Amino acid sequence: MVRILVCVKQAIDVSQLKVDSATRRLITVDAPKKISDFDKNALEEAIRIREKLGGEVFTVTVGPEDAKTTLREALAMGADKAYLISDPIFENSDTLATSYVLAEAVKKIGPFDLILCGEASIDSFSAQVGPRLAERLRVPLITYVRKLSVEGDAVTAERGLEDCSQTMKAKTPALITVTKEINEPRIPSLMAIMKASKKEIVIWAAADLSIASEKVGEAGSAVQVLTVLAPKMERKKIVIKGETAMETAEKLAKALIQEGVVGR
Amino acid sequence: MSEHRGIWVYSENRDLILELLGKGSELASKLHTRLTAVMLGHDVKDQAKELVGYGAQKVIVVDNQQLQEFQVEPYLSALTQLTHEHKPELLLIGSTKRGKELAARLAARLNVGCVPGCQELKTDDQGRLVAERIVYGGNAIVTQVFRMKPQIVTVPRRRFEKLEYNAESQGEVIDESELQLEPAKTEIVEVKPVETVETKIEEARVVIGGGRGFDKKEDFKILDELAQILGGQVGYTRPLAEDRKWFKEWVGLSGHAISPELYIACGISGVIQHVAGIRDSKVIVAINKDP
Ligand SMILES: Cc1cc2nc3c(=O)[nH]c(=O)nc-3n(C[C@H](O)[C@H](O)[C@H](O)COP(=O)(O)OP(=O)(O)OC[C@H]3O[C@@H](n4cnc5c(N)ncnc54)[C@H](O)[C@@H]3O)c2cc1C
Ligand SMILES: Nc1ncnc2c1ncn2[C@@H]1O[C@H](COP(=O)(O)O)[C@@H](O)[C@H]1O
Repeated sequence: MVRILVCVKQAIDVSQLKVDSATRRLITVDAPKKISDFDKNALEEAIRIREKLGGEVFTVTVGPEDAKTTLREALAMGADKAYLISDPIFENSDTLATSYVLAEAVKKIGPFDLILCGEASIDSFSAQVGPRLAERLRVPLITYVRKLSVEGDAVTAERGLEDCSQTMKAKTPALITVTKEINEPRIPSLMAIMKASKKEIVIWAAADLSIASEKVGEAGSAVQVLTVLAPKMERKKIVIKGETAMETAEKLAKALIQEGVVGR
Repeated sequence: MSEHRGIWVYSENRDLILELLGKGSELASKLHTRLTAVMLGHDVKDQAKELVGYGAQKVIVVDNQQLQEFQVEPYLSALTQLTHEHKPELLLIGSTKRGKELAARLAARLNVGCVPGCQELKTDDQGRLVAERIVYGGNAIVTQVFRMKPQIVTVPRRRFEKLEYNAESQGEVIDESELQLEPAKTEIVEVKPVETVETKIEEARVVIGGGRGFDKKEDFKILDELAQILGGQVGYTRPLAEDRKWFKEWVGLSGHAISPELYIACGISGVIQHVAGIRDSKVIVAINKDP
């Protein structure tokens, strides 16, 4: 029997983001949101471990009230119970503040054998919250995991680094961050979605966790955002076209030699 | 806050630490402060001089058997103690996977901020450090400043240039090998090196990219051939690796970020997530059927 907690983030669906080309500002107001991709892999892994060893899968998110839909998605995938940590004072929290709130929530929900996070969230892609949470909870951490197994009070995990792949072992309780390669997340059936609507979502505000207000939101964040703008693409934009493929290729080759990038 | 002085660089990757020294020198002169390299490892004392040649005005060395192979906790405890003791204002850490984890945990221990994967680091007219990074799947660049010190940033490979080696450079070496280090909380059971091909694409001067415009895996032979002629490497888009399982690696936001002199994208539409990984190429050629 294992108790597993999966931290999920409600992220902006970056593939559907639009940019105002005049100002280079992103149109984020009603951009569609969803569970951050790798968090689904974390959920899937947790559910598979539960299916094998028995136990319970909890899920938690720190986010706005509408993050409830994200949690319903997680429940439909198979989580047993969900926690939404939501308070207007959390708005604009950076990873320092978010991990503080998340850690306080975990302490209140816990104890857990395993805590799973995504390697990074698809919108901010910072890969910070998992490692910061492990520090706050003082548990062993294995990051970038693409294969995981639990046996007794030990976890074995395979992770891919730039120059090698490592198999690591840690004692539970431990925190694991997973990559996309670890599994293929299931798509919930209609039945599962219906069942999920009956599962419990616990909602806690700052006061429920005795959160210090000066440690969250903009004031509690270490990093301040100045601007968020679409990148400028300064390219020459030359179109090379010939009558035949051969002619086009010749023109291209000439242009590239002129640029000095080939033929040296 | 003002008691924090100096810029530090650290990476477990040798090439990266030299690049960090290059950027660090520029920032140090702009911020009127000194540049220090941190060396953690075992039997590394004689490498300190090399770092001086590449721009470090000071090198802090922790030479300890516990640092023989990279394990986060001993490395982390060394950096945490050194930071508490010497109080740098800014730490530049190499943005490898190991480095990103280390930086995030260091920031957590020190209760400060960390901006990972910085594409650019500047100073503004108030003398603040301004960090830029890509967010929203390549759709945007966010610029950020810190509210507290030390400021921690991570910087990817091949972002900044290392300096020319200067054998005449003088620098101070500080030995901190007496630090008590924390033991590792995890155990490395097995290590398998990855084949070199998988990592070499960042180094290639020419990269030929192939995408969904190719119907058959066999057709990639012509790209391999072209790459050979031009002395380059072949890269792919993610669907070819993830959906078609033809290849293991891809170029882009969630894959390899490359900055060759020439990138030839064949049968690639140039979706934002892919472009995020090739944006820094000098010349980009796109061959496709899109008008
Ligand atoms: C979170 C996230 C992260 C992602 N990260 C990455 C990433 O890191 N890297 C990545 O690549 N993708 C990434 N993607 C996927 C990305 O969104 C695109 O799906 C992908 O890049 C498209 O690949 P493509 O250009 O090969 O295919 P397509 O978009 O289908 O383009 C095919 C191209 O082939 C051309 N073509 C077709 N036939 C011919 C012909 N006969 N001759 C010449 N041209 C032809 C077409 O004109 C078209 O331009 C990510 C997606 C998400 C959601
Ligand atoms: N607001 C949040 N609530 C719950 N978990 C989060 C939150 N933000 C980040 N996480 C977790 O931390 C991981 C890394 O996020 P990030 O540091 O934003 O890249 C995510 O994949 C989630 O598992």
